[in-house]
Amino acid sequence: MSAGNDGVAIRARGLTKRFGALVAVDHVDLEVPGKHVYGFLGPNGSGKSTTIRMLCGLLTPSAGDIDVLGLNIPAQAEALRRRIGYMTQKFSLFEDLTVRENLEFMAEIQGVPRARAAGRVGELIEQYHFSDRQKQLAGTMSGGQKQRLALACAVIHEPELLFLDEPTSAVDPESRRDFWEKLFELADAGTTLLVSTHLMDEAERCHRLAILDQGVLVADGTPGELTRKLAGHTFIIETDEPRRAQRALVDAANVLGVAQVGNTLRVLTYAGDEPIADGAQQYLQQMLRKAGQPASVQAAQPNLEDVFVAVTRKSREQERMA
Amino acid sequence: MSWRRLWAIVIKELRQMRRDRITLAMIVGIPVIQLVLFGYAINTNLRGLEAGISDQANTAGSRALVMDMLATGVIAPVARADTPEGLMAMLRRGDISVGVVVPPDFERRRIDGRAVAQILVDGGDNTVQGAAVQLAQVPIDSSIADSRAPMISTPVEGRISIVGFYNPQRRSAVNIVPGLIGVILTMTMVLFTAIAIVRERERGNMELLIATPLTSAELMIGKVLPYIAIGLVQTSVILALGRWLFVVPISGSLFDVYLAAGLLILANLTLGLLISTRAQSQFQAMQMAFFIFLPSILLSGFMFPFAGMPKVAQWLAEVLPLTHFLRLIRGVMLRGAGLGEMWVDVLALLAFIAVMMAAAILRFRKRLD
Repeated sequence: MSAGNDGVAIRARGLTKRFGALVAVDHVDLEVPGKHVYGFLGPNGSGKSTTIRMLCGLLTPSAGDIDVLGLNIPAQAEALRRRIGYMTQKFSLFEDLTVRENLEFMAEIQGVPRARAAGRVGELIEQYHFSDRQKQLAGTMSGGQKQRLALACAVIHEPELLFLDEPTSAVDPESRRDFWEKLFELADAGTTLLVSTHLMDEAERCHRLAILDQGVLVADGTPGELTRKLAGHTFIIETDEPRRAQRALVDAANVLGVAQVGNTLRVLTYAGDEPIADGAQQYLQQMLRKAGQPASVQAAQPNLEDVFVAVTRKSREQERMA
Repeated sequence: MSWRRLWAIVIKELRQMRRDRITLAMIVGIPVIQLVLFGYAINTNLRGLEAGISDQANTAGSRALVMDMLATGVIAPVARADTPEGLMAMLRRGDISVGVVVPPDFERRRIDGRAVAQILVDGGDNTVQGAAVQLAQVPIDSSIADSRAPMISTPVEGRISIVGFYNPQRRSAVNIVPGLIGVILTMTMVLFTAIAIVRERERGNMELLIATPLTSAELMIGKVLPYIAIGLVQTSVILALGRWLFVVPISGSLFDVYLAAGLLILANLTLGLLISTRAQSQFQAMQMAFFIFLPSILLSGFMFPFAGMPKVAQWLAEVLPLTHFLRLIRGVMLRGAGLGEMWVDVLALLAFIAVMMAAAILRFRKRLD
């Protein structure tokens, strides 16, 4: 059983956490289906870690109800701890123990049955490519290797639900790809994974994701749904003087965001109820001409980053008006 | 050299210091505590040593002699005994540190010019032995109205004999080494556990551990157990070196020595645990341990005799595990007493351990908030 009886692994209503005057998490409603890779996308300080810590019972919510794997959290947090794995943001294994010693220790702590423990440790050493590093001290390994070891330790007791807090933020792209392959293997085997990240390419890999901004859940759905629902149009502008063109557009009405990508600008405009991008395209060209920066404006396929910019911008504007 | 950069460093230091509350407390706290503790603890002019009196003569003359001794203020009577043997038993248990014996033939001896009284003294503490010498200077005949004998108003050398027990040669190693076991264990054990837990918090290990089924009690007791073994190894090293290098005797049972050491180790480890639930960094843990260590050294009776300290300092000392351990270890090693005879101090250590352990487990939360 990987989830509650309706296939939902995590359900939170009105989840709120205050630290003094700061509202770190603000009335978040969440539903994470079982056996999925569910992403938490948000900038640093958006409340991702705080939410994860509340969901696994490490922090007491200021308000709201949490149901994880059919258990009421934080009241039944102890019972939940046997069924989850948690990979912290900072490497939290013992740097002065070897790879094998770390795995053996976690097997004992997580209560892997004696008869099974030795086999399980060997299995993970094999699967996570540590065969030639068993006796290496964890502290002497690279960032990518450490994260792999942390994941191996987090799944040693075959948890139904795995929390990963920015697991690959300090890892090179190659190791990151390997790491995500492991995550999908786990999901295929029936594990539910909740992964927080501030990296767009990672968020795009998730089955579903929620976007958090300043403690507020501003959007959720599959990456496809989110880009389809995007209330904006994306354009690529090619120009010789991208910085000057950027200055011309950045404060224009309806422009949500301008980002320089090499010699081009990526512009996101607010679409309102207009489904067709033609009007916006002409508007941008007009603005550029006025600033003495004529350039070609091409419509582009929106991506998750555009979604992210659009929803976070919107929530900030609402805040300003309120 | 740029004055601007230099000044920037100075300002930055002061800003950081202001935000580090424990360092701030140390700036003021250390001089105040040091001064007060040293001022009160150092008192070489001993007063009020606990004394037992056995006046077997019980004549006007003998009573006057005892009164003269009490009048010096060096001793304070806490017990009476019929025989010198009774005093010796009290001395061994540590109930008294000085015994005054006046023999039945006191009057006869006084006339004959022989020794008229005996002072039994616990040689485990050299300062106490020094005080006994002072006591023996009491003039014997000055206050006795006796027409038959010539008036002798000056003290006569040797008329009151001093019998030093347990360390007749007055070697300071005998006095220091048993206490050193306690000081070394206090110094190392508190820090070991305090740092062991805070280090895990600093390195992030703790967040991983509290997200597992591991219970607070399992974690706390598991942390303490290995250090008990390490503490007992330390005890053995000090005992062996004391034996070979300084010929320090172990008069009582070796088992009692280890039992007493085990109690002190546990007391210090549990104290370390409690510190660890409070301290945010290893450095803070060390600072807090230092605050415990200082009064332990000064007030426990290791450096300065307990009896010489004012009442408030003595009450404070009663809270420190080292004070009770010193009484036990000196009793067992030097006087050959059994732990059963000094049950009050055993009980005090046990109570300390129970309170500290319970407080540490209660204070430790499997939560981050």
